[in-house]
Amino acid sequence: MGTTAVGDGSAVARPGAGHGPVPGAGRALEKTARGGGTRGGGGTRRGPGGRGSRGGLGNRGGLGGRGGRGGRRGRGGRGSWSSRENLAGYLFMSPWLAGFLLLTAGPMVASLYFAFTDYNLFDAPRWIGLANFTEMFGDERWRHSVSLTLWYVVIGTPLKLAAALGVALLLSRSRRGQAFYRAAFYAPSLIGASVSIAIVWKAIFSDDAVVDRTQRLFGVDAGGWIGDPDLIVYSLVALTVWQFGAPMVIFLAGLKQVPVSLYEAAEVDGAGPLRRFWNITLPMISPVLFFNVLLETIHSFQIFGSAYILGGAGGTCGPADGTLVYTCYLYIQGFENSRMGLASAMAWMLLLAVGLVTAVLFWSQRRWVHYEEAAR
Amino acid sequence: MSSVSHLAPAQAPAPASARAPRRRRTVGSVAWHMGSLAVLAVVLYPVVWVIGGSFKPNDRIVGSLDLFPTSPITENYSRLADGIADIPISTFFVNSAALAIGSVVGVLISCSLAAYAFARIRFAGRNLLFTLMIGTLLLPYHVLLIPQYVLFQKLELINTYTPLLLGKYLATDAFFVFLMMQFMRNLPRELDEAARLDGCGHPRIFWSIVLPLCRPALITSAIFTFINAWNDFMGPLIYLNEPDKYTVSLALKMFVDQDGVANYGGMIAMSLIALLPVLLFFLAFQRYLIDGMATSGLKG
Repeated sequence: MGTTAVGDGSAVARPGAGHGPVPGAGRALEKTARGGGTRGGGGTRRGPGGRGSRGGLGNRGGLGGRGGRGGRRGRGGRGSWSSRENLAGYLFMSPWLAGFLLLTAGPMVASLYFAFTDYNLFDAPRWIGLANFTEMFGDERWRHSVSLTLWYVVIGTPLKLAAALGVALLLSRSRRGQAFYRAAFYAPSLIGASVSIAIVWKAIFSDDAVVDRTQRLFGVDAGGWIGDPDLIVYSLVALTVWQFGAPMVIFLAGLKQVPVSLYEAAEVDGAGPLRRFWNITLPMISPVLFFNVLLETIHSFQIFGSAYILGGAGGTCGPADGTLVYTCYLYIQGFENSRMGLASAMAWMLLLAVGLVTAVLFWSQRRWVHYEEAAR
Repeated sequence: MSSVSHLAPAQAPAPASARAPRRRRTVGSVAWHMGSLAVLAVVLYPVVWVIGGSFKPNDRIVGSLDLFPTSPITENYSRLADGIADIPISTFFVNSAALAIGSVVGVLISCSLAAYAFARIRFAGRNLLFTLMIGTLLLPYHVLLIPQYVLFQKLELINTYTPLLLGKYLATDAFFVFLMMQFMRNLPRELDEAARLDGCGHPRIFWSIVLPLCRPALITSAIFTFINAWNDFMGPLIYLNEPDKYTVSLALKMFVDQDGVANYGGMIAMSLIALLPVLLFFLAFQRYLIDGMATSGLKG
């Protein structure tokens, strides 16, 4: 019985061996198979809760071929291995579980409660029903921050993704130098969110600085964007677009997976570059596009640091609240005005908005996202 | 592009590429480099600007269009030695480095444990927990901001580094759990089987087999964690309120609030120094970072 179990394990594990040369694996398997007779024999007892790791062997082997017909053989061993697996699983998961309960799930419940209270952190929260929400909707500054954030998301995200896709298409045309450009274009994504870059941005977009002078060359005398309540948001958009490198890298990886044969066949059929882009490239990379749209949109809703620094700190965000994006207002209400209840209500509105956008995107994906299995 | 022509249908001898003369290819390649260089100029301009600006006198930084000053000065740097608000700037760098390194250690430990459980252990409720984890990946951090602050305030941990670090040790960075999990899933399963037959339990398999093979994913996660922690602004802004505990990001903000235009050069110089660790890490590990990004997108 012991030998069969072991032999079983290795037999089932083998079909998956197509992963490539794994030096130690074969030898280790062989060794175990040889020694299996004695070792396995001792271990097949399916003692309840005992160290039944032996008993589980056949099963583990079956699990190894998960993709295939995973054998569910060791009838007896099941109970013992699964409880051991459960124990191991939860032990390994324990930091994550603690974090999830203490820092995610618990706070979310608390936040939901705070949203219906008046809470200044020092006195106990006082239940006020929907008052936070009515105050919020009636607050002109809140409405301003909502429309500003939506505008920023609607303008910034498509521009960023268009830049990312455009440059990815450009880079994918040649192998030489690609790695260098890819790395250089990616760098802003790492530093773009830092305070340093926000400071640089503030300088570049202020009166008489580079951007101001460049636009004057084109006959536009709008002044520096930083000082203008209507324009400052576009310096924020520019900062976002500047960080196109991260989605670009993902696009590039996606483009690499499009089979060249498709393009060649299309070319033979007389499809021009635009046609090929529209009918081959876009559908083929649509899963990657979906991923980027989802992540970048969610990300954009949460912009904080750059807007806070660009707008200049302290009570306001930019001239006439020009960079008062949603999270900035949330921060001001929560931490500068000590209105934790109101800020929690604001946070939940943000969560609802992000959730809604996510849901719409997921719902829409069946219309425009083609997964590989379907396309081939 | 034509190198993969064997994939094309045999009856079509790829006429377009065959008759493309060499000259056209050269023109194309020049145009390609021109386009790429144009993008490069836009992308690198702010970085070059901050380098040049840090060697300019205050009044020439914003107004002057020259990227580099004709007569560079080093005062901006030497004046940094006075510190900000009487605190030497090295303090901020030490604080930031401590936080960043602490975060890296936490993420490496906690996220790899969770990733191993998701990738290699079949335990009851795994699918549910996995769904929850993906959920936290999409959850806006700001929903947790206030209740977490309240929690840490009740525990009297405000103005310590605990609130900034605790989450890292409890695997709240779902992205890294996900990244490592994807990597572990692709490791050949026979390795586990073999080790198991040799009598190894999960801890041993995790430590001696899976972790060493996961080095690329671990390096990627470590670098990203370091950079994120180094750049983090909101966390320190909320939790730290004594200047001698400030991180570099907060010190820069203090700079903006205090000196403003008066010491513009110093601010620019400090900004550049603050970027250096990130840029150096990037130069050293860019392959890990970019590959990590690329795979996260493809498998997401």
